[in-house]
Amino acid sequence: MRLFTFHSVFHRPDVVCQQAVELVTDYLEGTLSRAARRRFEAHLAGCPHCTEYLAQMRETIKLTGQLTPEDLTPQMRAEFTDLYRRWRSEQP
Amino acid sequence: MDSDAELVHRLRSGDERAFTGLVEHYHQPMLQLAASFVPNRAVAEEVVQDTWLAVLRGLDGFEGRSSLKTWLFRILVNRARSTGTREQRSVPVADPEPAVDPSRFDGSGGWSDPPEHWIEAAEGRVEAGKRAHRVRAWIDELPARQREVVLLRDVEGMSSEEVCAILALTEGNQRVLLHRGRSRLRQLFEDEYREVR
Repeated sequence: MRLFTFHSVFHRPDVVCQQAVELVTDYLEGTLSRAARRRFEAHLAGCPHCTEYLAQMRETIKLTGQLTPEDLTPQMRAEFTDLYRRWRSEQP
Repeated sequence: MDSDAELVHRLRSGDERAFTGLVEHYHQPMLQLAASFVPNRAVAEEVVQDTWLAVLRGLDGFEGRSSLKTWLFRILVNRARSTGTREQRSVPVADPEPAVDPSRFDGSGGWSDPPEHWIEAAEGRVEAGKRAHRVRAWIDELPARQREVVLLRDVEGMSSEEVCAILALTEGNQRVLLHRGRSRLRQLFEDEYREVR
């Protein structure tokens, strides 16, 4: 795997796709340096695939954030009501 | 949901529905999180039960310095850690785990097999309930540490500071785990919902 070749790191400040996908979280978290952010955005501007990739990462976060807990079963609800009552009865 | 202070007041004053409402909201994510620290589901359930009791018993000590939610999860993780057998786990951040299979890039690091479209399909074609069921299963299959971070950050919507405090992680390690977890989930979405060519 040639993730960071001598050529790409030292002679060309451009980000290649394989590097860009590793920078997405730092980008979204706002932890890239200003220069790195500029290079990342410059890459996106010329790369529809990485632009799509970033949109998919955002979508992944959005859909993960839409998970809502399932309803408690009546049995669990009864058990927890019971637990609460036991705790109440311990109270001075 | 009510403000934390109001909720705590209702819990202290005997409002059963305040408690079952809280349980409804957090029981499942707590169970999912506990499961990554302990050997099996039964133990995870015990840990969560113990946590709820500890929460009730600790209510008088809750000072509101963190959110109630952060406080709940902190109690849970502390109990799960002391029960679990994996408390010595290190974060394997040094192991390379690429976000995308390297075979999808050419020799110069450009896409040779670019990401396939799936966003519209995931939003439109499938029933939200069915999709949620899948996503939950995918999260359960993430490596434990990635799962913990994804659950708290992306499902529960906590800040990185809160998550680092609950899981005793550095910001950097938290970000690496989040990145890996999200990258895996993105790939699973692509595999599941890509347009048929």
